[in-house]
Amino acid sequence: MSTSMMDETLPTNIEKKESKLAKIGQFREIGLLVFIVILVIAVQLRNSSFLTLENISDMATNTAILSILAVGMMLVLVTRGIDLSIGATLALSGMIVAQFVSNHSGTSPIVAILMGIGIGILCGLVIGGLVSYLGVLPIIATLAMMNIFRGLTYMVSNGKWISSYQMPESFVGIATSKLLGVNTLIIIALIVYAFAIYFIGHTRTGRQIYAVGSNPESAKVTGISEKKVFIIVYTLMGGLSGLSGVLWVSKFASAQGDTATGYELSVIAACILGGVSIAGGAGKLSGVILGAFLIGILNNALPLLNVSPFWQKGIEGSIILAAVLLNVMVKRGVERNNLLKRRV
Amino acid sequence: MKKLFMLIVTSVLLLGVLAACSQGNSSGDSQKPSKDKEDDSGQKKYAFIFKNTGNPYGEKMMDGFEEAIKELDGEAILRAPDQPTAEAQIQIIEQLITQKVDSITIAGNDPDALQPALTKAMDAGIKVISVDSAVNAKSRITHVNQADPEAIGRVQIEAISEMIGGKGQIAILSATSQATNQNLWIEYMQKELEKDEYKDIELVKVAYGDDLRDKSVSETEALLKTYPKLKGIIAPTTVGIAAAGKVLTDKGLKGKVMLTGLGLPSEMASYIESGVCPWMYLWNPIDVGYAAGYTASALVKGDIEGKVGDKFEAGRTGAKEVVEDGDGTQIMLGEPFKFEKSNIAEWKEVY
Repeated sequence: MSTSMMDETLPTNIEKKESKLAKIGQFREIGLLVFIVILVIAVQLRNSSFLTLENISDMATNTAILSILAVGMMLVLVTRGIDLSIGATLALSGMIVAQFVSNHSGTSPIVAILMGIGIGILCGLVIGGLVSYLGVLPIIATLAMMNIFRGLTYMVSNGKWISSYQMPESFVGIATSKLLGVNTLIIIALIVYAFAIYFIGHTRTGRQIYAVGSNPESAKVTGISEKKVFIIVYTLMGGLSGLSGVLWVSKFASAQGDTATGYELSVIAACILGGVSIAGGAGKLSGVILGAFLIGILNNALPLLNVSPFWQKGIEGSIILAAVLLNVMVKRGVERNNLLKRRV
Repeated sequence: MKKLFMLIVTSVLLLGVLAACSQGNSSGDSQKPSKDKEDDSGQKKYAFIFKNTGNPYGEKMMDGFEEAIKELDGEAILRAPDQPTAEAQIQIIEQLITQKVDSITIAGNDPDALQPALTKAMDAGIKVISVDSAVNAKSRITHVNQADPEAIGRVQIEAISEMIGGKGQIAILSATSQATNQNLWIEYMQKELEKDEYKDIELVKVAYGDDLRDKSVSETEALLKTYPKLKGIIAPTTVGIAAAGKVLTDKGLKGKVMLTGLGLPSEMASYIESGVCPWMYLWNPIDVGYAAGYTASALVKGDIEGKVGDKFEAGRTGAKEVVEDGDGTQIMLGEPFKFEKSNIAEWKEVY
């Protein structure tokens, strides 16, 4: 990060003090974690059914899809990009897969999931191509493709919905079944995290994504192909959206043309909450998962709090704002401490 | 870079030409000098604007409208914007005014925002009626109401009372807190609940799922947790009732928490067949569109003026009378249709 800049801007007397907020350790997202704990306690005090096993399981299941998407979005944001098309990709993949399984009721759930991922990858490749080879700005490319994918969804569905009676049991079972007592959606999300930890931290390509994001010029000099990185991140994002599409349709047992409209904003919010820098280069998986969880907790807790629906949105926004502010404060503190250590 | 620039320029130009073509067609129609003569001898043009594209409910309504207009030997123009916004509908209204249609039937995305555009249309001699979601009384001649809101509220309370044995806690899962239709029905439900026979039923909460799957699911789960004694849920909205049906199915609460409301038969088929939702209601959108078609035609032909007491025949839906509705007038279809185990199989294929 911009260590040299901070060195210059900080007055000397402040440099000597260690930030109290950040004494706890090196963990940058500690602020977010503390905030989540406080929020959970506050909600629990108002509604005792919040911290029950059933509710926690519901909450984790409902947040699984969001957190899967947030992992992909983090990589996109790290390369200084953004992907607005994920809601539409999700709807398109969900719709096509739902149509397929309704006509071929013998389809194995695994095939359905792979099909969804495949459709998502195709969508992602198109965006990756636009961004890397035609040099279209990510926000423009994905905005355009968002509309195109959404339109395609209406076209393939002919404006009709696929309802639960048309879906075979095995397909709906993807989201309701359990493995070792844990909902399959949660398991799939955990697999995605595990893959992401390996990919980001232990593969050359994973590191290259961060290199391109934090300093494109030096990445180029080092011989990293920016085009390849762009294609990879948007394809991964597409694949994850496609996967989410299948999970979404299976979870709600219904495929609509307007499925997940505007969902991309929740996903981006989860990433930003988790400390991913919109300017690229910075973002940790642990933070993003915490961010997704905070959004999940809000979605689950606000209805439980029995607040007026007119206030819900406002409360949600204020909590997100407070969380971001706290996180930024703690993060600054941690960084300052790190700088101090470096000086010694 | 140059190549890309040229590509963009050419595609923009191409789009421009295409757009001009389609406009040329419509303005071509209206510029025909023999228009008046043609109108007298030829077909009348009846336009229908729904809220947004890709809504199966809207598609069925448009089918019904088209069917009626065909029976009446007119030309049906069916339009719907991509997004359910008033702005998008205003654009379509402007185009239809230029096309000089004879009537516009609209399911409004906003009761008030369409007023300037619709008033302009009426000033141009176009008969404007609203259907499904009303626009305010000043922007329309009359409104075709899918069913009597009082009846909708009443039958749902009657249903839930029968399902839970007239005793216990119930909750309502609605669409958005701003939805005009739902709010009116809920008002009538609350009025109905004041009756002595429902004194043992307690309405504990009105939750809003915003017609979003994920939010409706969260709201239903929250209802079940906050009110463990909950006996029944009324969801007067398609997405809400299906989401609630899914939650009750997944949690194995069939028979413990009853579900009824208004929903699409196709969406609700599995839950009605499984018994999670013993029965529910909805009007028949084909009939709503059909009656709107006949109403539009009666206005264009001058059979009615949209005043209280006007009577006309609406094809197979029978005789209709214009009645009062606040400041304006409306035409009401009957009670909503009941969907249950015995008839859901045939209806789930329809819509």
